[in-house]
Amino acid sequence: MRIAVIGAGVVGALIARELTRYETDVLLFEKEDDVGWGVTKANSGIVHGGFHEIPGSQRAALCVEGNAAYEALCEVLDVPFARIGAWTVALREEDRPALASLLEQGEANGVPGLDLVGRATLRRHEPSLSETAVAGLWAPSVGITEPWALATAAVENACENGLDLHLAEPVTAIRTRGERVDAIVTSRGKLPVDAVVNAAGLFADRVAAMVGLCEPVQFPRRGEYVLLDKAAGSLVRSVIFPTPSDASKGILVVPTVDGGLLLGPTAQNLERGAVDATGTTAAGIREVIDGATRLVPGLDLSLAIKTFAGLRPETVAETFIVGSTAVAGFYQAAAMRSPGLTAAPAVAKRLVEGAMKRELGLRQRTTFQPVRRGIRKLLDLPEAQRDAQIAEDPAYGRLVCHCNRVTEAEIVEAIHRGARSLDGVKFRTRAGFGRCQGGFCTDKVLQILTRELRVPMARVPLRGEDAWLLGEEVRP
Amino acid sequence: MTREGPDVLVIGGGAAGMAAATAAAEAGASTMLFEREREPGGVLAQCIHTGFGLHRYQEELSGPEFGERLLRALDASGAQVLCECSAVDIAPDGPVVEALHPGGRLRVRPRTVIWATGAQERPFGSLMIPGPRPAGIYTAGLAQRFVNIHGLLPGRRALILGSGDIGLIMARRLHLEGMEVAAVVEIQPHPGGLVRNVVQCLEDYGIPLLLSHTITAIAGGDRLTGVTVAAVDKAGRPIAESERYVAVDTLVLSVGLIPDNELVAGFTPLDPVNRGPLVDARMRTRVPWLYAAGNNVAIFDLVDAVAAVGEVAGRAAARQARGDVVEPGAIPLVRGSGVHHLVPSRLLRGVPTTLYLRATRPMRPARIRIGEFHTQTVPAVRPSEMVEVRLPADALGQGGDGIPATVEVSEA
Repeated sequence: MRIAVIGAGVVGALIARELTRYETDVLLFEKEDDVGWGVTKANSGIVHGGFHEIPGSQRAALCVEGNAAYEALCEVLDVPFARIGAWTVALREEDRPALASLLEQGEANGVPGLDLVGRATLRRHEPSLSETAVAGLWAPSVGITEPWALATAAVENACENGLDLHLAEPVTAIRTRGERVDAIVTSRGKLPVDAVVNAAGLFADRVAAMVGLCEPVQFPRRGEYVLLDKAAGSLVRSVIFPTPSDASKGILVVPTVDGGLLLGPTAQNLERGAVDATGTTAAGIREVIDGATRLVPGLDLSLAIKTFAGLRPETVAETFIVGSTAVAGFYQAAAMRSPGLTAAPAVAKRLVEGAMKRELGLRQRTTFQPVRRGIRKLLDLPEAQRDAQIAEDPAYGRLVCHCNRVTEAEIVEAIHRGARSLDGVKFRTRAGFGRCQGGFCTDKVLQILTRELRVPMARVPLRGEDAWLLGEEVRP
Repeated sequence: MTREGPDVLVIGGGAAGMAAATAAAEAGASTMLFEREREPGGVLAQCIHTGFGLHRYQEELSGPEFGERLLRALDASGAQVLCECSAVDIAPDGPVVEALHPGGRLRVRPRTVIWATGAQERPFGSLMIPGPRPAGIYTAGLAQRFVNIHGLLPGRRALILGSGDIGLIMARRLHLEGMEVAAVVEIQPHPGGLVRNVVQCLEDYGIPLLLSHTITAIAGGDRLTGVTVAAVDKAGRPIAESERYVAVDTLVLSVGLIPDNELVAGFTPLDPVNRGPLVDARMRTRVPWLYAAGNNVAIFDLVDAVAAVGEVAGRAAARQARGDVVEPGAIPLVRGSGVHHLVPSRLLRGVPTTLYLRATRPMRPARIRIGEFHTQTVPAVRPSEMVEVRLPADALGQGGDGIPATVEVSEA
């Protein structure tokens, strides 16, 4: 049995890992040069509680189930996760009924620990919140993570369990024979397969069309963000939501796992096919700043270190498309709009343990090894172990990224685990993610990449090959 | 295990730190210097252009030559230099400084610390310019490293945003090394760098300088393909009708330097304009054992001045560590009109002092007034050029300790 998963975002990565629990060959195809570089790379990184979802809906169930799975999953995969809770804030008296219905909705969905509090309690917990806040809904189960780290970890663990990872290899066609998946064609050739999982994110509609399916009908929804430096990180302790509108959950203020503060996202629906429109806009950035400062007026925007935009796949029905299809052997985990990150572990589990196991007759392996260890960070080690770590590898004593305290040893390890570019290193180690945005460490990371990969410096790109960084030599 | 001593620990081995450690060791203090790179020198090694040392050595040197002179003096001084050594924590009670080094972690309890970490470049992300995030956007210092250290060009056709000195110098360097430089774009109505650099780096090579202009958008996919340039009105707002697209594959940023005070900002007060620690005429901060010198105190124009304040700090820290402390009367300085950067923020009676200040706008001629005790007229001041005011030991006269003096710059 051979199963191909298309798309190495967090959804495809978790599905691929689930599949390696079974007696089957699993292949993961990703068109980008690295794992988690699509939707996974640019979203809020929030593990939602589930109180925004309509009771009884598929999204509500998957969100609450996914949320509950996060702690254990991030523990075995050694991925940062912090259940810091969230406040949904009513800034006006008129917002109170909306908070009350969120509470009702959340309780119906089985969201644990919800509590509606008044202004005094709210401001005691979050003193930086706007003075106009009248009430808040506390949701202790809301957490934060690094989505790309989860995707990378899941793929690494899956590889240890036999996954065959194919990066920079787009799938161009899927062959069927008698209404059944028969083979896939990639940029490198044709391969017979018994099943295909479409986890292609923004491109899931194109992959579905390869087998003649017209679902999902997706369009990108753009979310713009402003990232503030760690110096702003202590302004709030939990995720801050406004009272939601009909269109979206609104502009949030989100502490990041590495101590910064993320503001956003906007929610702008784009034309079908605008899958490359990841640029920010002046209006979007203004909307983010306005929205975030309404909640937390003391935000210091001079601490902004990055603005970016991400796209999420949206459908008119706003539901995930998960499960088997009219084409035998073709499965989908598509239209993973918000809260797709939260739902992802539940989606992967239900799809594999449900439809796929049943229909494909998957048999569990006894040798599956669930634990993956992340790159060891010197400054995450207990004091007492740091000296021994440096004695064992002096590169642990050499700081490369000063903003985020990343040592040379961590960068070398990231390269050994598959980083081939500046972003590959950055997303695995946080080198270049901090205050100076790589002003100091870019040069050093390039030198380490050059040395470890044995390529000329000018051949090391920012992302894929076309994102070249350095050109010709200077005049002789 | 915490090691006792030295008398003076210098953190950062750029021009300020090298000069500070040299002065401290020459004054007889046991001195240690932590430098995070493989060798001291800071940014000087990549500044292969000339223009350094005119004040300090009365010679025109390149950056590496200037650094070499400081390094020779440092070597001769007897200060202990530890390279590849990054301070990661300063516990203010003690003080205890923790550092990382390939040979292991270090914890030392010095008598005094001189904080000389310099500055970082303001990153692209902080400008919040709309558009995608392609490859090809570099701070000027990084582009300078690529070209001058690695001998590699960052692209084929560049536009430079910001006319700070590094931006001007990089415009010339990229042009000379074979890249096309479309323009240098400056949002202010006046250049950000020294006049001599505008002439020698742009005018001599016909590189256009667009004053009162900025970039309103970025274009590109994997690699930058162009930027939108627009004129700005008096309030600095882009004028939509003036927008035009310039095809470039490289954007070089010279949009300001940010003093690095991460490890000390928690326990020593910073001056909000300088964005560095408040220091007195001996470069001592409000924390009795902590001195600061260099671009982490305020952004200076000239490395000569950076080295000079390093020496002031080194001598004073050495004296304090040896117990030779005299606490003279102090006169706090208050920023009056026309003053931007101002170092120090406190004069000391009987201590000859060079005051460094930057005007908020061009004035010609200009009068500089310091309280009631010093007035001088200079032919011109402009924001891009720091003014040095020398105050002799007896400048403060008698009495009036603790009473603030206002520093003002006005049209003469």
